[in-house]
Amino acid sequence: MKHATQTPAPPTEGGWREGATASRAGSAHRAPARRGGPGQWATGRWATGQWAAWAFLVPVVVYLLAFYVYPLYRNVDLSLRNYTVRSFVQGDAPFTGFANYAKVFADATFAPALWHTIVFTVVSLAFQFTIGLALAVFFSRNFRLSATLRALFLVPWLLPLIVSSSTWSWMLNSESGVVNAALTAVGTDPVNWLTSPDWSLWSVTIANIWIGIPFNLVVLYSGLQAIPTHIYEAAALDGATPWQRFWRVTFPLLRPVSAITLLLGLVYTLKVFDIIWIMTKGGPSDASTTLATWSYRLGFGNMLPSFGPGAAVGNLLIVIALVFGLVYIRTQRRQGAA
Amino acid sequence: MKSLDKGRRAAGLGLVVLVVAGGLTACSGSSGSDAGAVASAGTDQAAGGGTYTIWDPYPQFDDSSDWVKLLTQCGTQAGVTVKRTGYDTTDLTNKALLAAQQGNSPDVLIVDNPVVSTLAEAGVLTTTDETKIDTSAVSPNLLAAGQLGSKTYGIPIGANTLALYYNKEVLKKAGVDADSVKDWASLTAALEKVKAAGKKGITFSGIGTEEGSFQFLPWFWGSGANLTKLDSPEGVAALSLWADWVKKGYAPTSVINNTQTTSWQEFATGDFAFSENGTWQLANAKKTGFDYGIIPIPAKDGGTAPAPTGGEFVTMPVQKDAARYVASQKLVTCLTSTGNSLTTTTTLSYIAPTEDVQTKQVEQNAELKVWVEAVKAAKGRTSDNLGTKYPKISEPMWKAMQAALSGSQPPQEALTAAQATAASAIQ
Repeated sequence: MKHATQTPAPPTEGGWREGATASRAGSAHRAPARRGGPGQWATGRWATGQWAAWAFLVPVVVYLLAFYVYPLYRNVDLSLRNYTVRSFVQGDAPFTGFANYAKVFADATFAPALWHTIVFTVVSLAFQFTIGLALAVFFSRNFRLSATLRALFLVPWLLPLIVSSSTWSWMLNSESGVVNAALTAVGTDPVNWLTSPDWSLWSVTIANIWIGIPFNLVVLYSGLQAIPTHIYEAAALDGATPWQRFWRVTFPLLRPVSAITLLLGLVYTLKVFDIIWIMTKGGPSDASTTLATWSYRLGFGNMLPSFGPGAAVGNLLIVIALVFGLVYIRTQRRQGAA
Repeated sequence: MKSLDKGRRAAGLGLVVLVVAGGLTACSGSSGSDAGAVASAGTDQAAGGGTYTIWDPYPQFDDSSDWVKLLTQCGTQAGVTVKRTGYDTTDLTNKALLAAQQGNSPDVLIVDNPVVSTLAEAGVLTTTDETKIDTSAVSPNLLAAGQLGSKTYGIPIGANTLALYYNKEVLKKAGVDADSVKDWASLTAALEKVKAAGKKGITFSGIGTEEGSFQFLPWFWGSGANLTKLDSPEGVAALSLWADWVKKGYAPTSVINNTQTTSWQEFATGDFAFSENGTWQLANAKKTGFDYGIIPIPAKDGGTAPAPTGGEFVTMPVQKDAARYVASQKLVTCLTSTGNSLTTTTTLSYIAPTEDVQTKQVEQNAELKVWVEAVKAAKGRTSDNLGTKYPKISEPMWKAMQAALSGSQPPQEALTAAQATAASAIQ
């Protein structure tokens, strides 16, 4: 939706969330016409301007309608109807209101899946952020080879997920995995990383942390670059220890960047599906099932797809992400006002 | 100002309409030209010609393969042009459902046998009565997977199923004679000896998907259990057998996440005595570099356990223009007739669905004998008139299997819970 502010959007009645900005731009545009001159000329020029504006706007609107609004509408619609394979083909599924949601909430998988989603997301975010920040601070000191090393840290991010998840699943294999081989070598008992219900959620979380660190590193590093060095110099002159400099200068000044990093990380992590599906298929017996993998399994993991409940779970995820998005906007506003 | 606003809105609306209309005409333009192409192809090939679409789950075959050549040849015989597309098998169900929803189903759809009842339930498929496809020569146990009520919705193109591969060297070192493995007790005894000799017992695929259920069923059915009652004493015995193997270390814990491919890779290391796998691994078995043998999966008290049938059905989706069925029927018959079945099944490395052709296959390749026997004993997953109830039973079953194998629930408890879930899902 950010596009709307960049495009010379005319004020439509209601509609845009950025209505305020848009109408400001619009009235600025309108001002000369109102101020005078022959009406004919003004209208003519104005009309041409509007045509151009609309022409610029149309691709975005069509794009948004075709690729965001319509799929979202279809997903909501799917979740509110009782689809069987027959009614899916014939398109006459009866409207059942929130029956699919009720079914999902009553399902024995719901509570564990929600809990796994929370644990997976919170633990992933905490470690990704902490490690990412530590590395960012470390690399911001610009020692020799720091650029090369930093580039190397991006590798997990660049690898296709199928490659990294397959590699993790091979490393953590309880029979022939390199991790268990190492554990045996140091005299510890091997762990059934992917096949034990106690460990599988931690295994996929560890893999996800590894994959998410580069993103945190990159964003936080660029955030650190934006902090003026003279503040550090001043702090050093005042006799602040490095530790104090981090907690009193870096951390507070990095807060806006941290907030957006965490929000984006949250959205990414909530919808993580591929890593878990490739490594454990959400198993053994739902021990690593999150809402995202559950939604997929309902819709596609069975020979008899249940599209309705699958879409309902998907919509729940969207709502959760949306809630945190709103919380973010709210805190941003409050910070902006303060 | 008001009129300006109106004008602006009208202009915007006009633009949107233009774009949408443009998109629509582009679409109708292309479909129009398709129709034209079909029409001209029709006139080229005299009466009854045209382009007929075939979807199959064999993306591994490209246009130069024997399979596609066979399709083209069948098309020529039927006097039509064949347009073939290969999809990944897990994709094909949803693709077929979507195509039916949009009214552009293929003329011939080759699809995994347990999916037939789902598609039939959706009203996507014609019956063999309607399209006059002769299924009389097909073995009843194979045909059953494509039957719902008293109607048949397709004809098997070929069948495969599961058996036990064994590593001759490993068994020899452990002092086990493969022929002595006749029932569960002798198999478990053999595994014990293998473990005592320092080798690994058995690999299978216990993954939490349909693949896991597929591999578990020979043991489940081999105990005498029935899918309508998962927590029967027989069912619990079957699950306990697997769970005990894992607990005692006769089978590795990796079976919980093994697909049939990764399970095969474990067997291919040469450390394992047995592996439960299918006909399709025969070519790979020759590449392993050790001597292997194959025995049927034993039932609990001896004899061959009924393994689930694998393999596809040739079906004809419902078309708006019923006149198309004539040529489609010729295509289907060409692929499945007794005369051509040997070519088809050899091409796809399947066991033929008819007894005549099975005999011919064994004459040509004596190694297939054990597989032919296994196919004869096999049973469709959607048979017993389970149809679309099967997927709803299979999912709780594989979950129970995972719970028992990972030790989070004892077999009895896991299957009782599974039965409750399945019963409420079927209602």
